[in-house]
Amino acid sequence: MATNTLSTEKKFTWGGGKSPFSVSYGKLMMWIFLLSDAFTFSSLLIAYGFIRHSYQSPIPNEIVKPLSDVGHNFVEHMQQAGLFVQENWPSPELVFNHFPFIHGIHLPLFFVSLMTFILIFSSVTMVLAVEAGHRMAKDEVAKYMLLTIIGGAAFLGCQAWEWNTFIGEGARLYSNPFGPRSFAALFFIVTGFHGFHVFSGVVLNVIIYLNVLAGTYEKRGHYEMVEKVGLYWHFVDLVWVFVFTFYYLL
Amino acid sequence: MSDHNTHHNHEEHEHHEDNFISKYVFSMDHKMIARQFLITGIIMGTIGMLMSLIFRLQLAYPNMTFPFLEGIIGHWGKDGKLDPNFYLALITIHGTIMVFYVLTAGLSGTFSNLLIPLQVGARDMASPFMNMLSYWFFFLSSAVLIISLFVDGGPASAGWTVYPPLSALPKAIPGSGTGMTLWLVAMVLFIASALLGGINYIATVLNMRTMGMKMTRLPLTIWAFLVTAILGLLSFPVLLGGSLLLIFDRSFGTSFYLSEIVAEFAGGIERTGGSPILFQHLFWFLGHPEVYIILLPALGITSEVIATNSRKPIFGYRAMIGSILAIGILSFIVWGHHMFITGMNPFLGSVFMLGTLIIAVPSAVKTFNYLATLWKGNLKLTPAMMFAIGLVSFFISGGLTGIYLGNAALDIELHDTYFVVAHFHLVMGSAAIFGMMSGIYHWYPKLFGRMMNETAGHIHFWLTIISAYCVFFPMHFMGLAGVPRRYYANTAYDQFNVFVDMNEFITIAAILGGVAQLIFLGNFFISIYKGKRAPQNPWNSNTLEWTAPVEHLHGNWPGEIPHVYRWAYDYSKPGAEEDFIPQNIPDAGQTDPMEESTGLPVASHATTSAHAVA
Repeated sequence: MATNTLSTEKKFTWGGGKSPFSVSYGKLMMWIFLLSDAFTFSSLLIAYGFIRHSYQSPIPNEIVKPLSDVGHNFVEHMQQAGLFVQENWPSPELVFNHFPFIHGIHLPLFFVSLMTFILIFSSVTMVLAVEAGHRMAKDEVAKYMLLTIIGGAAFLGCQAWEWNTFIGEGARLYSNPFGPRSFAALFFIVTGFHGFHVFSGVVLNVIIYLNVLAGTYEKRGHYEMVEKVGLYWHFVDLVWVFVFTFYYLL
Repeated sequence: MSDHNTHHNHEEHEHHEDNFISKYVFSMDHKMIARQFLITGIIMGTIGMLMSLIFRLQLAYPNMTFPFLEGIIGHWGKDGKLDPNFYLALITIHGTIMVFYVLTAGLSGTFSNLLIPLQVGARDMASPFMNMLSYWFFFLSSAVLIISLFVDGGPASAGWTVYPPLSALPKAIPGSGTGMTLWLVAMVLFIASALLGGINYIATVLNMRTMGMKMTRLPLTIWAFLVTAILGLLSFPVLLGGSLLLIFDRSFGTSFYLSEIVAEFAGGIERTGGSPILFQHLFWFLGHPEVYIILLPALGITSEVIATNSRKPIFGYRAMIGSILAIGILSFIVWGHHMFITGMNPFLGSVFMLGTLIIAVPSAVKTFNYLATLWKGNLKLTPAMMFAIGLVSFFISGGLTGIYLGNAALDIELHDTYFVVAHFHLVMGSAAIFGMMSGIYHWYPKLFGRMMNETAGHIHFWLTIISAYCVFFPMHFMGLAGVPRRYYANTAYDQFNVFVDMNEFITIAAILGGVAQLIFLGNFFISIYKGKRAPQNPWNSNTLEWTAPVEHLHGNWPGEIPHVYRWAYDYSKPGAEEDFIPQNIPDAGQTDPMEESTGLPVASHATTSAHAVA
């Protein structure tokens, strides 16, 4: 039954009128996947908004402004000062104010800003890798892919540190010393789901990097696979911008 | 994320003989995958229907004992009495199986897989590998759901919508335990399958059409499958997010869906901060498009079957496309009409109501287009055509009650009564099943290379449509009188005693419907081996799939893929020799497939095509 005719028609030529997006179907599939993934993230962020909206806004923290030092009992201190209560959403600036190797200083959102910078920078190197791919410059593609992988891994390391600090202060999926328990649970779910995407992206990038080194795409005559993982990587980056805005800034 | 180059490398290796595993089990051929989806769907559908018969028996004869129940469902039917908890489990799993496993995967999975590559003129799906994964995720998901029937405490029992708190607190009712966890696992696997399939369908339709197959020449089936895939792709992820949060609520102590009220009722547990309403929003953001994920493929199949068997062009081709698109877009902004009584702001309710009632417009356009296509047509009443007309009938009778339910003020009275059950079983259940049956009878020659028995098909049709109306029509009256759905027995309420006879009537009709399906099952499975060999183009249809050889071959067409010169609905064209002109026949003087056809094919062309086709 199976006489295979596919191999006789190796080259696919477009014939159905004007191509709707002028892209190969592989790239189209990546776009479609990203669209659907965007809805998954939206559902989580909407859940965040729904629950966040059912609490009162963070208590304005003018009191804490002059307070620039963060002791070991900072959380307790804030609870006593009435800034971490059950009815009000905690102010992210007061929760995420640690920085590795620096103790005792109140650095609101400094660390997460660094993380954001790292991730955006890795997107820049990804763009450079894609651009080098268009010029078929194998060594440059490899160099920038490597930088992207390092950036992604660094971001994941930062996230691990941040989770570790957060858990160290007593945050759990089922309890939260900073106020409403959903604050911690949502933090773990949303950043965890994003972190999982970054992790998958790093794995994909490593696979593509090894293929670049092995000359697979050189032989194939184009670096489209680099473009496809590039799309994914930029998407993960874009989602982080939303996660950052919703979770840390609002 | 398969790249086309790797795919082609793979194809080169597959040049050799297919063995049993690669041909029948882990097949990457879209036609085989379609058969796998269909047969799995039929098996799941049989299970779901048997479940409905068991709980219908309970509803008709709440005080009688049926000793055989103990033989079928063991301790759930002790002394021939159905356990109330298992009643809840039955309605839950019946709903889940029918909505997701039969009418989503069984319908869309079968016909999108079979028809998209064949009707757009492609060798296979964009990524055959992902297509295979899609089926196997679906299979795993079905297996997990079936396994959940046998766990301690029974399967999920919170209704097919699995609202928290019954689904969020593992100790709420017996079915909230392991069974509910497995339900969620099954659903996550199902979503993975739906996404893998959907990405493939969209990419194939947009990017792999043959020469000349413009979007405005696509058969309406393909338009329906395309919009269905887009709906699934955008709505299933939201259920994925919702299920993820539910899994965390169940197993890791979070409280996204647990509020103060729930915590109070659950014995003062310290889990507050969320809201069960959040789940309802996330669920119905999938749930409402899901209705159209079920219905649109059935409507697409009907368009094709009605046009072919009326021997007339479909009436209002572009209006049909427009209404498919309009229904698709509107379906995303009306999910709140399932939640009118959740304490929603009345203004918001009126917005959802407006959107809901507007859906009646494109639906009516489709209905009248079907009627206008049938009008004075040269009707060929094949079983497929009968089922397609049956769909139109259900679409009208069930759709009209949708206008009642979409009205926020009326919905307060009708919510969660048998009126709702009657409405969605007619417009979504029966209509979509009829679309699926129509598709099976029409494309059986393409699926299995043989014909089904027509007489048995007609008997199947008449018994099914009579029993479906006898089952669901009386339910409207029960619902208007306020009989609530999902109750184990209504004997505790004096005012519902008038419906004792009606319940019995419904159950007898349901059993008749069940018996009718045995005729179909027999016809289906016997015809695979014993049916008459199918001719090349049994229904004298225009679409491309009938130009492919009856015997399946990997790659669909032995030579070059046919080019397309016209739309799919040139039936009974005045002046033409035959009453149909297949899409791959050029007009006299038409050389470029992209040109619009204006005249008629050269006579010899038509006859040669007719010979080749016959």
